[in-house]
Amino acid sequence: MSAATSTLPSNTAVPTGSALRAALVSEWTKLRSVRSTVWALVLTSAFTIGLSALFCWAFVNRDERRRDGSLRNFFEFDPTARSLRGVVLAQLAIGVLGVLVMSSEYATGMIRTSLAAVPNRRTLLAAKTIVLTAVSLVVGMASAFVAFLLGQAILDGENLGTSLSEPSVLRAVLGAGLYLTLIPMFGLALGTIVRRTPGAIATLFGIVLILPLLADAFPEPWDVRIGRLSPLNAGQAFFSVRYDPDLLTPTQGLLVFLGWVVASFVVAIVMLTKRDA
Amino acid sequence: MIELHGLTKRYGDTLAVDELTFDITPGCVTGFLGPNGAGKTTTMRMILGLDAPTKGTALVNGKPYTEHKFPLHEVGALLDAKALHGGRQAFDHLLCLAQSNGIGRKRVKTVLDLVGLADVANKRAGTFSLGMGQRLGIAGALLGDPGILMFDEPVNGLDPEGIVWIRTLLRWLASEGRTVFVSSHLMTEMAMTADRLIVVGRGKLIADATVDDFVSRGEQWHEVRSARPTELAALLGRAGASVEERGESSRVRGLTATQIGDIALSGGIAIYGLTEQRASLEEVFFELTGDSVEYHGMLGMPARGAA
Repeated sequence: MSAATSTLPSNTAVPTGSALRAALVSEWTKLRSVRSTVWALVLTSAFTIGLSALFCWAFVNRDERRRDGSLRNFFEFDPTARSLRGVVLAQLAIGVLGVLVMSSEYATGMIRTSLAAVPNRRTLLAAKTIVLTAVSLVVGMASAFVAFLLGQAILDGENLGTSLSEPSVLRAVLGAGLYLTLIPMFGLALGTIVRRTPGAIATLFGIVLILPLLADAFPEPWDVRIGRLSPLNAGQAFFSVRYDPDLLTPTQGLLVFLGWVVASFVVAIVMLTKRDA
Repeated sequence: MIELHGLTKRYGDTLAVDELTFDITPGCVTGFLGPNGAGKTTTMRMILGLDAPTKGTALVNGKPYTEHKFPLHEVGALLDAKALHGGRQAFDHLLCLAQSNGIGRKRVKTVLDLVGLADVANKRAGTFSLGMGQRLGIAGALLGDPGILMFDEPVNGLDPEGIVWIRTLLRWLASEGRTVFVSSHLMTEMAMTADRLIVVGRGKLIADATVDDFVSRGEQWHEVRSARPTELAALLGRAGASVEERGESSRVRGLTATQIGDIALSGGIAIYGLTEQRASLEEVFFELTGDSVEYHGMLGMPARGAA
C-alpha cells in the first residue's frame, strides 16, 4: 500500500515495433472486455439465424391454397432472400456495436485516456476499425451461412429450398455476411462523428430504416431512384437472388453501399483529427 | 521536462489559457495552482495533445506529445479518475492501455500491487469508490514507468488517508528524479507537497516561485493586545508604524516586537499580548489571484485587507 516502500523497476526501454500493431492488440482487449460486445454479437447471430428460420417456417406453414394456388407467387419466391431476412434486424444490433466502439469512449471519458495512450488519432481509428471489422466478418459470415442453411432445411420440407450451387445464391449469402461486416463500420464512423451514443444510434437507425420510407415522399420515378440508394436497399440488391427492378444490380448495390461507408469515414477522420477530445 | 511556450487557448471570446511560458523541470514537484476556471486543466489537456492550442507550443521531452509513438513511456497522466469505461475490469482497463504502448501483463500486475488494488483487479472499474478510481488512474500513469508525471487535482474528494498516500507518492516520484506536475486549487495542499509553485489566474501566469519564496512574500505584522489600544496606536503611529485597530487587538506594521514593547512601556500602557504574524500561504494565494477568480460566491472572496 505504501508507495514509499515500493520501488519501480528502473526505466523500461521504450519498445520498438509498430504503433498500429500495439493499438490493434489494445483494441481487441477493449472489445472483448465489455459486456455490450458479447450482447451485440449474440443478438446479431440470434436475429440473423432465429428470425430467418422463423420466416421460413412461417412461409412453409402458410395456408396451402395461398402458397400453391398461384404460379406467379411461386416464381417470385426467393428462398435465399427469405432465409436471410433476419439481417434487417441483425444489422441494428451489430450496427450499434460499431457505434459503441467509439461513442462509449466519449460517454465514459475513456477517450481522453485512450488518446493519451495512442495520440495519433488515425492510428486509434484504424485499430478500432480493423478489430471491429474482423470480428463482424467472422460473426456476420457465420450467421449468414447458418441462417441460409437452416432456412433451406426448413423450406426443403416443402421442396421450396435452394442450394449454394444454384446461380447467384452463394453471392447473395456472402453479400449478407458482407453487409453485416460493413454496417458496423458505418456505425463506427457515425459514433465518431456524433460522439453521443443515443444520437449516433438514432442517426444509424434513421439512415438505415427511415431513409427508404422517406424516399416514398418523392414523385415517381424519383421515389424508386432515391429509395434504392439507401444503405439497406443497396444492400438488399446484393443479398437477394431474384432480380427486383426497383433495386440496383448487385454490383451497383455493393458500390453504393461502400460509398456510404467510405463517405462516413472521410467525415469521421476529419472530425476526429480536427476536434478537441 | 515539459516546455510551454506562449501556450494559448481561446474558446470563442474567452481566453482560457493566455500566453503561458514556463518549463517544468525534473527532480521536483511543481504545483500548478489557481482558482477553478483558471485554465489548469486546459493547459494539461494541451500538453497531452487532447486539445489543440490556439497559439504556442507544448513540448514533452523535446517534441509535441502527439509525436511520441509510445507516449506512456514519456508521460504518465491522470486528468480525470472517471475517464474510463466503468464496465471494464480494472485489470483489463490497465491491460488495454499497456498493450497500446507495448507494455506487458507483468507490468500491469506490478502497478496494481503498487497502488494497492491487486485484490480488486477483477472488479469492474465502475464499482470503485473515488479513492480507488484515483488509485487506478495513478496505476495507469505509472504503467510506462515514465520520467514525467502529471496529475490534475489528484487529492480532490479523497479521504485523509488517500491524501497522505498521494502526497507521499508525489514526493517519492520526484525524489527519484522524475518530473512531477500537479495541479490544485488548494494552496495549503500544494505547500505540503510541492517545491515550486506556478500560479495562474484567468489563464495568465501570475507567479512562478519556490514555496519558500511564497512564504516570505507574505506580509508580516504584529498582533498587539493592550489596555488602551487607541492611545497606544497614537504612540506607535508617531514612531512610524501603521496601526489597524481590530476590536480586541491591533495589527501593527513597520515596527519590531522590541520597538512596540518599548514604546508601550514608555507610554505606561500595559501589553497583554504581542505576537508576530505572517500571512498564510492561503492569503498570499488570495492576494495573487483575487482579481482573477472566475466565479465569486454571493459573499465574494473574503476581502483580505491585511494582505
